[in-house]
Amino acid sequence: MDFLRPASWEEALAAKAEHPTAVPIAGGTDVMVEINFDHRRPEYLMDLNRIGDLSEWEVGEESVRLGASVPYTRIMENLRAELPGLALASHTVASPQIRNRGGVGGNLGTASPAGDAHPALLAAGAEVEVASVRGSRRIPIDDFYTGVKRNALEPDELIRAVHVKKADGPQQFSKVGTRNAMVIAVCAFGLALHPRTRTVRTGIGSAAPTPIRAKAAEEFLNAALEEGGFWENGKIITPSVAKQFADLCSAACNPIDDVRGTASYRRHAVGVMARRTLTWTWESYRGARRVTEGAA
Amino acid sequence: MRVNFTVNGRPQEADDVWEGESLLYVLRERLGLPGSKNACEQGECGSCTVRLDGVPVCSCLVAAGQVEGREVVTVEGLAEYARQRAEGGCATGACGTSLQNAQQWEAKGTDSQTGEGTELSPIQQAFIDAGAVQCGFCTPGLLVAADEMLERNPNPTDADIREALSGNLCRCTGYEKIMDAVRLAAARQGEAV
Amino acid sequence: MSSPNGTPTKITQGSQTKGGIGESTLRPDGTLKVTGEFAYSSDMWHEDMLWGQILRSTVAHAEILSIDTSEALALPGVYAVLTYDDLPTEVKNYGLEIQDTPVLAHGKVRHHGEPVAIVAADHPETARRAAAKIKVDYRELPVITDEASATAPDAILVHENRDDHHAGHVPHPNIVHRQPIVRGDVAAARERADVIVESEYTFGMQDQAFLGPESGLAVPEEDGGVHLYIATQWLHSDLRQIAPVLGLPEDKVRMTLSGVGGAFGGREDLSMQIHACLLALRTGKPVKIVYNRFESFFGHVHRHPAKLHYEHGATKDGKLTHMKCRIVLDGGAYASASPAVVGNASSLSVGPYVIDDVDIEAIALYTNNPPCGAMRGFGAVQACFAYEAQMDKLAARLGMDPVEFRQLNAMEQGTIMPTGQPVDSPAPVAELLRRVKAMPMPPERQWESSEGADVRQLPGGLSNTTHGEGVVRGVGYAVGIKNVGFSEGFDDYSTAKVRMEVVGGEPVATVHTAMAEVGQGGVTVHAQIARTELGVTQVTIHPADTQVGSAGSTSASRQTYVTGGAVKNACELVRAKVLEIGRRKFGSYHPAWATAELLLEGGKVVTDGGEVLGDLADVLEDEVVEVEEEWRHRPTEPFDLRTGQGNGHVQYSFAAHRAVVEVDTELGLVKVIELACAQDVGKALNPLSVIGQIQGGTTQGLGVAVMEEIVVDPKTAKVKNPSFTDYLIPTILDTPTIPVDVLELADEHAPYGLRGIGEAPTLSSTPAVLAAIRDATGLELNRTPVRPEHLTGTQLSEG
Repeated sequence: MDFLRPASWEEALAAKAEHPTAVPIAGGTDVMVEINFDHRRPEYLMDLNRIGDLSEWEVGEESVRLGASVPYTRIMENLRAELPGLALASHTVASPQIRNRGGVGGNLGTASPAGDAHPALLAAGAEVEVASVRGSRRIPIDDFYTGVKRNALEPDELIRAVHVKKADGPQQFSKVGTRNAMVIAVCAFGLALHPRTRTVRTGIGSAAPTPIRAKAAEEFLNAALEEGGFWENGKIITPSVAKQFADLCSAACNPIDDVRGTASYRRHAVGVMARRTLTWTWESYRGARRVTEGAA
Repeated sequence: MRVNFTVNGRPQEADDVWEGESLLYVLRERLGLPGSKNACEQGECGSCTVRLDGVPVCSCLVAAGQVEGREVVTVEGLAEYARQRAEGGCATGACGTSLQNAQQWEAKGTDSQTGEGTELSPIQQAFIDAGAVQCGFCTPGLLVAADEMLERNPNPTDADIREALSGNLCRCTGYEKIMDAVRLAAARQGEAV
Repeated sequence: MSSPNGTPTKITQGSQTKGGIGESTLRPDGTLKVTGEFAYSSDMWHEDMLWGQILRSTVAHAEILSIDTSEALALPGVYAVLTYDDLPTEVKNYGLEIQDTPVLAHGKVRHHGEPVAIVAADHPETARRAAAKIKVDYRELPVITDEASATAPDAILVHENRDDHHAGHVPHPNIVHRQPIVRGDVAAARERADVIVESEYTFGMQDQAFLGPESGLAVPEEDGGVHLYIATQWLHSDLRQIAPVLGLPEDKVRMTLSGVGGAFGGREDLSMQIHACLLALRTGKPVKIVYNRFESFFGHVHRHPAKLHYEHGATKDGKLTHMKCRIVLDGGAYASASPAVVGNASSLSVGPYVIDDVDIEAIALYTNNPPCGAMRGFGAVQACFAYEAQMDKLAARLGMDPVEFRQLNAMEQGTIMPTGQPVDSPAPVAELLRRVKAMPMPPERQWESSEGADVRQLPGGLSNTTHGEGVVRGVGYAVGIKNVGFSEGFDDYSTAKVRMEVVGGEPVATVHTAMAEVGQGGVTVHAQIARTELGVTQVTIHPADTQVGSAGSTSASRQTYVTGGAVKNACELVRAKVLEIGRRKFGSYHPAWATAELLLEGGKVVTDGGEVLGDLADVLEDEVVEVEEEWRHRPTEPFDLRTGQGNGHVQYSFAAHRAVVEVDTELGLVKVIELACAQDVGKALNPLSVIGQIQGGTTQGLGVAVMEEIVVDPKTAKVKNPSFTDYLIPTILDTPTIPVDVLELADEHAPYGLRGIGEAPTLSSTPAVLAAIRDATGLELNRTPVRPEHLTGTQLSEG
């Protein structure tokens, strides 16, 4: 095993081009467990901690450019207004110690369906900025997850940042685990209201081979909200609409039975979380509408 | 490979480090600082918590090569770290002392006399006084985490304490005496100000 | 303490000396533990030491066709690779009671993770790479995973040609031990019953999950022996099993207790002890072995999972008529402590209740599941979960309050156990229930705040699953009974060596035992006992090793009773000798030396009226008084193999719990709000430590109620969750406040009247939480742990 310590982004890309099998390590949450338990012996480990740029974020007009290594703790503390869904999701990640080091880049790189950031990124709408010596590109989050623990990265590419749309409405994130802290998701659900486009987006974790959106549920809800004039009149969403939305979110799942939970429980729980997060976000939207234009 | 970094205020050099080694292994097996504990090595227990550039992290999840040029504080340096903080000094400390003492427990006198002769940080003293130590394997990690929480939040609610320590497993105490210890340290800190 | 001269009231030994029994003195190892200097077994280090690594079976049941170690041996940095063929003597097995466990697999593996070969190398990574290069050719065999497959007519025998002392009386060779208990006339009593409740219960496999993984350092010695620094619960039991395998006399295997990172039963069996010694002796170098958490799940026995079938009857006015039960414990591939667990499960299966007519059977199976043995509560835990569920069901059927129903049937001093043994010390079962019920209830909806719901105080916690939706509160009660000490005729003794001398003008006592301090605080209590009995303030606790006689195991809630008793006894003998020296030297100067009852207080010899006769320093001068003596509790008897009758237990311990939970009934998530406990401790030698034990035991019971379970695949007998990622133990956010009400009713047979306390709180905690969840949900819940699936009707696979 060799340990690569690129001091800059350019050096990192060059190293990755030269050694495409190099495994990038930043927060170490996934990589070090695999090494400690002898599940993986990469030829090269590439430390990204020395590239300061990866731990920085910029709040722009439309979106936030979030460096791949910005620790979850920073997201929770500093980006609650701009990225409320991701901030909530960040708060559910593992333990305070892990949140102090881990960032969204690790979740994306591992692309485990259980990664906590995915549902929030899917619901908010994000693009993943990746780069290689060949240049950089932005991958829409909907195209990023390609299979179980597989993503759209080329072997010579590294994840540099994610660009997440600033919230224009309330967002929520909910995750079921069998412990009240420090737990991997049995399943998770993210929901974002986008009043500007009058759309709702969702994200589901750990209930399919990859993180997914419940597109049929979104389409149903978008239509129902439009039809009833809900965005304008701010009425309470009828229970039958909420139930239909929840059922469609459940139906979007393609879960498995494993040691963390049964498929049938996951489907059930996603439905409950969908209904609850819809209620919370909609109540928040109605409240904000009554008072003034504003944050979630 | 060779790794140079600062531990408890002292520059340290580790040689012949295997690239897959964790910071935890280097501290324990190469630098003679076994205070940070190896309970799960997967970031699920907090027993190996140290401060890396001031931030509490699981040292089992830090690759040794990642600490090059950085500052680490372990439980062995906690008392000195807290002392310097109280004096407004910088965050450095001294190394732990010999392990030979561990071979012999001396039970002298009563009550708080067990702390005699050793300078302890307020959180360390509170853990002893409140009965928060049983087997003690989780204790170093909890101390580092609790000390950092009290640094950020001198007047924590019970829910704040529980949240801040939710990454540190304890199997002996049922956490009640740990809660007592943190409350005690916070109260004493408040009195001292 | 100043001299109590002229005090008219009679004083008793130790009452005038500070830091004695009854005070919450602080741990003598506390400072070392908070500074990181306390040397746990995994912290040991030696110049030139090698690292040991164990290769474990990847399948649960298979013949080993061949093992090829050549590639591993060829790896640079590898010093030794050993298999069964390298074992030096004819003794190749070990075991606590039945020597059925191979040091290294021979021809066959019987469970997933069984040790097959061991490696010593210069770095842990070299050792791991070498282990990975060992080629083992397995021919897989069908797996035995439950009673049906174990006792099927064509079942493969897990152990062929059994010749152990239980082999002759068990109904099938795949049954380790069977203990029936019959008393009274169940058929007749059943006729009197107005209601009958019958249910089958399931208890999942729990892990001790001590935080300090198995580890130790073996150092070869010049005389051909070996010195093992080890974390264990019982040094001498380890020694008895290790020495014959090494082919060394016991005095050439020196053992020193290193720091122990928790135990809870999981260190009663050997783990890496023999392996480290074999490698050290083979290579001539010190060898350290440290399991990681994955390996730890395979490196020690677990709590027996159990199926329990219970039938109880009761009359309309709420009196229990009879009980029938059958308890099937899965012992896994090797016997470990299974026979004793069977004895406990059967003899305590009635719980702390009066039932004259019982028909009880408990068995432990041999299967290809992970071996199970000792864990805190030891057979009584599984039974308590089931009989307490039965009590709630009976109370509900009778329309009675569940606490009143229990109190109506509660045992008391004088009650005859199903084994025919009278309970001859206080058994305040009804009183404990009264006390725990009388504690104030925690306020409702504590999660509400001015800023909305505080999710940290709701089911689901930080995961943000509810802001109050679906949340229902429930309350449940339970009480349990646990035996203290080793039972069934075992010669349960301990040894203490106590020395008194003058150092720097001060009298100092040194207490030397082989007691394993595993965190429970025995070292604190030994110092307190020495102060009380010898009237000194300075006490040194000598490190535990095999240079002194056996202390027995740190288990069965027995150490304060038995080793505490041994220390008390040795101190009394030392005191008598010191007074004898005093009489010899000063007897002629004061008549009180001959006539009064003399005590040692505050470093002086005083009369029971408080008159000071002299300083201990003057009495002793240069003399050193030292006594090493064994001490036993009252003898017990084995249970009759047919009827289960016999005075099998020496003491019982009782605790009661009230659980208050909030359940998110839609998502099936549970938040325990409070877990109040009342326990009789006889005499609290160190109240702070007593409460710590009760809170810790309570939390382990909570864990197995709502999250902790080792999941074994029934098709392959392989463990599916050997990690802290998927074997979850409670965090501080899962653990509620645990108010404790300590009752002290002395047991006149025990030292200071004390009662062993470590295990009882683990018993009743689980059923109390389950009862509270049932109260909140209305579900029957005959299985623990309860998973969200069980609360939401989603436990079955789709399709």
